[in-house]
Amino acid sequence: MLEIHDLHIRFHDADHEAVRGIDLTVDTGEIVGLVGESGSGKTVTAMVISSLMPLNKAAVTGAVLLDGEDLLKLDEKSMRKKQGSDISVVFQEPMTAMNPVMRIGPQVEEALRVHTDLPKTERRQRALQALRDVDLDNVEELYNKYPHQLSGGMLQRVMIAAAIVSEPKLLLADEPTTALDVTIQAQILELLQRLNRERGMSILFISHNLNVVRKLCSRVAVMEKGLIVEQGDTEQVFREPRAPYTQRLIAAIPTRKKLW
Amino acid sequence: MTMKNIVKKVLMMILTMVIVSFFAFLAFQIIPGDPTTKILGSEATAESVAALRAELGLDRPFFVRYFEWITNALQGDFGRSYIYNMSVSELLQGKLCVTMLLTAIAFLMIVVLSIPLGLAAASCRSPWVDRAFTVLGQLVMAVPPFFIGILLTLLCGLVLHWFDPGTFISPADDFGRSVVYLLYPALAIALPRVAMTMKMLRSSIGGEMNKDYVRTAYSRGNTRLATLYRHVLRNAVVPTVAFLAMTAADIVAGSVIIEQVFAISGIGRLLLTSISNRDFPVVQAIVVILALVVVLVNFLADILNQRLDPRLRLQ
Repeated sequence: MLEIHDLHIRFHDADHEAVRGIDLTVDTGEIVGLVGESGSGKTVTAMVISSLMPLNKAAVTGAVLLDGEDLLKLDEKSMRKKQGSDISVVFQEPMTAMNPVMRIGPQVEEALRVHTDLPKTERRQRALQALRDVDLDNVEELYNKYPHQLSGGMLQRVMIAAAIVSEPKLLLADEPTTALDVTIQAQILELLQRLNRERGMSILFISHNLNVVRKLCSRVAVMEKGLIVEQGDTEQVFREPRAPYTQRLIAAIPTRKKLW
Repeated sequence: MTMKNIVKKVLMMILTMVIVSFFAFLAFQIIPGDPTTKILGSEATAESVAALRAELGLDRPFFVRYFEWITNALQGDFGRSYIYNMSVSELLQGKLCVTMLLTAIAFLMIVVLSIPLGLAAASCRSPWVDRAFTVLGQLVMAVPPFFIGILLTLLCGLVLHWFDPGTFISPADDFGRSVVYLLYPALAIALPRVAMTMKMLRSSIGGEMNKDYVRTAYSRGNTRLATLYRHVLRNAVVPTVAFLAMTAADIVAGSVIIEQVFAISGIGRLLLTSISNRDFPVVQAIVVILALVVVLVNFLADILNQRLDPRLRLQ
C-alpha cells in the first residue's frame, strides 16, 4: 500500500544527505517498525511521507507511492487532500502537539472539518465515537475540555482519536510513546495494536525503542546514517541480526539476565 | 474567570489605587514650591501667607489632610482649585471627556489598524512586501507623535484643508465635528503604536508558527492561511493584548503633548498649567484618574486574555 523507492533527502544547508536512498513498503493492515538512533533519518522520512517537510528546506528525490500514486509528484492542493484523510500522524509530544487554546472536540474533528462536508452535529458524533474508540471515558465532558486539563497519556489517546477520526489508510506514529511513562506506554501500544486489528489500518511505527518495536511490529526496518541497513520479519531480525549495526543495537538493550 | 479571582483582582486594584493616591498626595508635599507664593506673589507678608495656608488647610498634619482628601475623593469631591474659582470636578468634567474621547479614538485606531496589518504582514510571504512593512514601520516608530501631529496639521489642515487647525469644538457642543477634528491628533498618537503593535503581533505569530501544534494542524490538511487564522492567531494575540494594555498609559501620556500641538482643551493642557501653578488638588485628581484608567484597562485586558487562553484561568 505504501511503497518507498530510492528516497533521497538532502537539506539545503547540509553537506550530506539525511536519507541516502531507501526502499520501504508497508502492506495493508501491517505494522512496520522503523528503528534507528536520533539523526538516522527516520523522522525526516516520516515528514516526507506525511508531506510536512517544507519544500524550500530540502531536496527530495525518489518515489513515495500510496496505493500506486506518487505523493512526491502531487501539487500542494492535492497533497493537502491526502493529509489527515489518507495519512494521519501521531507525534511524539502530545502536550505540545495540541493547540493549547482550542477545546479537545474541535481538534479531534478537525480532519473531518477540513476534508468533508459533514454537518457540525455529525462531526461531533464521530469525534465522540473516536474518543470512545481510544478507550476514553466521559467523552461528552472531554469534548469541551482544554489540553492542559488532561494528562499526557490521555492527550496521546486524544491525538490518536484525532488521527483515526477520518479513517486513514496509513497511520504514521512518530515515537508516540517516548514522552509517556512505562505503564501508559504499554496501554498506548495495546491501543494501536487493537486499532490495527479491528480496522485493518496500516501503521508505520517510528521508534528508537527496540523492545517496543518487537512487541508491536510484524516487520522492522533498521536505519543507520540515512540508510536502511536491515529489514525483515521482526522476530527473525531480533533472533539473527545480520547487520553489525543491528547487532550492536540489540546488544545495547538492557536485560535482566545481564545483572545476575 | 471564577468569582474568587475577580474579587482578588478587584482587591489588588483597590490596593494599587490607594498607593497611587498616597504618592500623588505625598509628591506635591515634597517638591519645592508652595501654592501660597503662586497665589500671593513672592512679596507677600508672612502673616498673609500663614492666613492663606490656614484657609487652604495646609497648616494641618499630612496624614489628616490625606485622609480627608481621600474620603472626599471617594465621594467624587476632589476639593477646590487654588487658582480657578471652581471645584476640581467642575474644572475636570469637560476636559476629561475630551481627553478620554481622544484616547479612545487613538486606541481604537491602533486595534483596528495593527491587528489586520500584522496578520497581513505575517501571511504574506513576498520578501519585498515584508521589507516595505519593516522600513515603513521603522520610519513611523522613529518619528515622535508630536512631530507627526505637526506634519498632519500642515498636510491635512493647511494644504488639503480637511480640517481647520485650532478650531476645536467641545464634544458637548457638536459631537460629530469634535470627533472629526480629533481624528488627526488621534492618528498622530496612534501611528507609532500601530507600527509597534503590528511588529509585536508579527513576531508573535512568527514564534507560534514554529510550534508543534502548527505542524499538527498542517498534518490534518490545513492550508497555511487556515492554520494561521484557526490556530495561530488566538495564541499569538495574547501577548499583543497585554502589550496594548500597557500602552494605554502611554496613549494618555501621549495625548497630553498632542493636545498642545492641536490646541485641544483637554486634561493635558490643564495638567501642565496646574503643575506650574502648584494647583495641587487639580494635579492630584488628574493623576488619580489617569491611574484609575490604566488599572481598569489592565483589568479588562486580563479578563480578555483569560477568555482567549484557558491556561491563564488557572491560578
